[in-house]
Amino acid sequence: MLKRVIPLVILSASGLILILSYFSPITESLSETVVSWFNILAGVAFVLGAGNLLAVNLEKISSRRPGWAYAAITLVSFCVMLIAGLVKWGAVPNADHPNVHLAGSQDSTQAAYGWAYEYVLSPLTATMFGLLAFYVASAAFRAFRAKNFEAILLLGTAFIILLVQIALGAMLTDWIPANSAFAFLRAESIKAIVTETFQTAGMRAIMIGIALGTAATSLRLILGIDRAALAKD
Amino acid sequence: MHERHEQLPTGLRGFLIRMGRIDRRWIYLAVAISISVPMLAGLRFPEVPGRMATATFDAIETVPAGSRVLISYDFDPASAAELEPMANAMLHHCASKGHRIVLMALWPLGKQLADDAVRDILLEFHPEKVEGVDYVQLGFKTGNEGVIKLMSTAVAEAYSADAKGTPLAGLPIMEGVRTVGDFDLVVSVSGGTPGSKEWVQYADGAMPEAFTFVTGTTGVQASQLLPYYPKQMEGMLIAIKGAAEYEMLVTSKYPVDHADDRLSLGRKRMGPQFVAHLLIIGLIVLGNAAMIAGRGVKGGRR
Amino acid sequence: MITGPMIRSKRSVHMLATQAAFVAAWGCLWSMTLPCAMASPMPPAAENVRLSDVPDDAGGALLLQWTTPALEASNGVVIERSATAKEIAKDPNATWIEVERLGKLAVLAKEGSYTLKGVSNSEDTRVRVAILGVDGELAEFVESKPARPLASFYAWKRTPLLLVVGFVSLAVLVWVALARRGVSTRIRRIAALDAVDEAVGRATEMGRAVLFVPGIQDMNDIQTIAGLTVLGRVARTAAEYDARLEVPTCRSIVMTAARETVQSAHQAVGRPETYSEGAINYITDEQFGYVAYLAGHMTREKPAACFYMGAFYAESLVLAENGNSIGAIQIAGTAEPSQLPFFVAACDYTLIGEEFFAASAYLSGERDQLGSIKGQDVGKALALAAIVVGCVCATVAVIFPTGSVSDMAGTIFGVTQSFFDGSLGSSGGGSGGG
Repeated sequence: MLKRVIPLVILSASGLILILSYFSPITESLSETVVSWFNILAGVAFVLGAGNLLAVNLEKISSRRPGWAYAAITLVSFCVMLIAGLVKWGAVPNADHPNVHLAGSQDSTQAAYGWAYEYVLSPLTATMFGLLAFYVASAAFRAFRAKNFEAILLLGTAFIILLVQIALGAMLTDWIPANSAFAFLRAESIKAIVTETFQTAGMRAIMIGIALGTAATSLRLILGIDRAALAKD
Repeated sequence: MHERHEQLPTGLRGFLIRMGRIDRRWIYLAVAISISVPMLAGLRFPEVPGRMATATFDAIETVPAGSRVLISYDFDPASAAELEPMANAMLHHCASKGHRIVLMALWPLGKQLADDAVRDILLEFHPEKVEGVDYVQLGFKTGNEGVIKLMSTAVAEAYSADAKGTPLAGLPIMEGVRTVGDFDLVVSVSGGTPGSKEWVQYADGAMPEAFTFVTGTTGVQASQLLPYYPKQMEGMLIAIKGAAEYEMLVTSKYPVDHADDRLSLGRKRMGPQFVAHLLIIGLIVLGNAAMIAGRGVKGGRR
Repeated sequence: MITGPMIRSKRSVHMLATQAAFVAAWGCLWSMTLPCAMASPMPPAAENVRLSDVPDDAGGALLLQWTTPALEASNGVVIERSATAKEIAKDPNATWIEVERLGKLAVLAKEGSYTLKGVSNSEDTRVRVAILGVDGELAEFVESKPARPLASFYAWKRTPLLLVVGFVSLAVLVWVALARRGVSTRIRRIAALDAVDEAVGRATEMGRAVLFVPGIQDMNDIQTIAGLTVLGRVARTAAEYDARLEVPTCRSIVMTAARETVQSAHQAVGRPETYSEGAINYITDEQFGYVAYLAGHMTREKPAACFYMGAFYAESLVLAENGNSIGAIQIAGTAEPSQLPFFVAACDYTLIGEEFFAASAYLSGERDQLGSIKGQDVGKALALAAIVVGCVCATVAVIFPTGSVSDMAGTIFGVTQSFFDGSLGSSGGGSGGG
């Protein structure tokens, strides 16, 4: 009973307070309290997460499960960054408190933490993002096939946008006079029509649907109609 | 995986069917070549400034010289390839126009990128600018959109000191700044959430008439932000293409003496994009030709 | 022969001479007026200094207004407020504290205003204003009557949004009540959700795992909650079929919530002993670190079914393409509009925006929940009506640029626009006040 009722009460109360505070400024401090409590809980839960990460990876290493070497790398990286951050190894001294080591800044690459951030994490992050170029090409090759009318529309739009996004689009349509009746066929006009008319209209429709879906889902949760995400007794 | 052996037609049809089932690693290789070769060869194409790039340029240009500008670096190295060129050009534009620039970041690694821009663009092309008077770096503040909300009420509640620890009260550039509404222009270079959308919702929405708002965004995010243009966002640069067009406008009005390409990164990166787009167009054509050729042929891999 | 350039140069010489004479004359005039300017008179004091509460806020702010009598003799204002009881207790000499010294911009118009923030709600505050002269001399301070900020009970400016929220909420509640009374709540089939059983069944047959990714946001994102409700159903099916379900998470709280959800699902099908929390793990908060783990895991373990349900950003295509390359059946659901095209291109089924939010109700099959979706459609009808009214009025205004028809259309358009501007306000373009 309690396992289900208490979370439901907390959920409903928090939801109602957040809605109320938007319309009644006198209750704003209550909503700030709710948000602060979430942040505190998230902070505490992080310890749980870190504990779980250690346990899972240690278990993988000790039982020599496939990929245990990756688990070892994860643990070593985790420990190195944690220690470097905590002891502020190589931190730049604070101008006001030069003798207090822990008051120093780790932003610069002189600090071990800053160095790892700049020269390890940043390139790795950029590399992962860069992979998208490869995936986009292979997804386009597979997905843009004229199987039916809708697919032809999708394909045609992709074709036009791919062309007008590069200088080739302008090169191909530059001969059309900008003040003629056919000016709408120039690359920049086609791009504007597709993005600002069709795409924006479609996007607005999707966003209105999402906004209403969010509102209805929130209402179902606050009123306790939808209890799927809560534990059973 | 168990592969089924089948009898494929010979000639062009068979070739197309085989191409339709090509291992995706060949596509990855083609993409790598199409990007790296033009990049190494320094391939460039002329860009024609579009409506949005011109609107962005005009929005920054119309704000009177000496105005206070807030530039928020809401991205990280992952999207820096796409956003850094426009951020650089915007910074150079604001500095050339004589605006006083306040930098901040809603993303942890954004501060680092803003620092790089100050070193490589601001102080390189405008060495006369004085820290604390003409520009200041507030740094990264945790709290996502909460930071914007706080700044809408009181900037001091979000930032009590700049990134170097100097109290804001002691900085001439921050004199008279109480809320984000005291800035004349706000620029968000946005790689995701929190970013441009949150600036519109929490700052521009709270005080729509207080400042001009322009943004630079990744291509993938653009469709989501287009509904806000031009009402809530007076200017909007989309991806490398937008950066390249805007760079042309900025450098033609405020040319730089230096021979390096720090203010033409967008145009430089349009070269690989040109070839990569052509490759994708080619792949789409090939995929469709293979589909048509493969009609009536059974089997094959998923 | 006189050439063009010569004519021009002659003209410019003439202009230069005229300008020089003009500057010289100005110089004389300036030197004559200089002694007077150096001893410029003190600007007249500010008039009509008023202090009032800022409406529709949580208190802590006062609006100061004043009139500047002589704009040309004024170069700014100095604003001071009375010290609070606490400040006086600390320093008995502190009576007035300078709040702000505003420049020329503050006295460009006759009527000036300034909002004082961080004012105490529990005691009266007085403010005084002095005009700054062109040479920095300070006019006499003029004091306002005392005022105290009030925390508004209701923000009137948000009434349009309250009406919209009230309308949609009421529609949802009415439909829930109607559904309970037996009114039909049939909604169209959602192929992606019907495919859940097929996907889990396929994984069971192949003896491979089912991978569920609940997005990269925390529990305060409604998409994560919607994702977990779908997880409940997937976990139930997996428990029934005895399939292995893996849920790597990007946030610690999501891991805890996912464990609760999966455990409940096992209990619900009467197989609590098959639940193992070891399959639900926290990986990292770092977006691309999480994606790298998932991509590696998918390549090595080759799950037969992959579910991506929640908030996704740049990682959507990386996940979907990896899933596709290992031949997994893929079902995605997200309300991030920018990621929908990637999922649509690379996954077998995609829940688009509101379908994703409707998933929980659809999967539960409960009348209450299905009724709420019908109520949501009433809200959509309201949005549709506003769009139609706006389009018709704007079109009429173009066809009849002048006259009474145009005026009427303009008025209706203006009222509709201002109402929705007020209700959606910052979210722009009707794009997500929720």
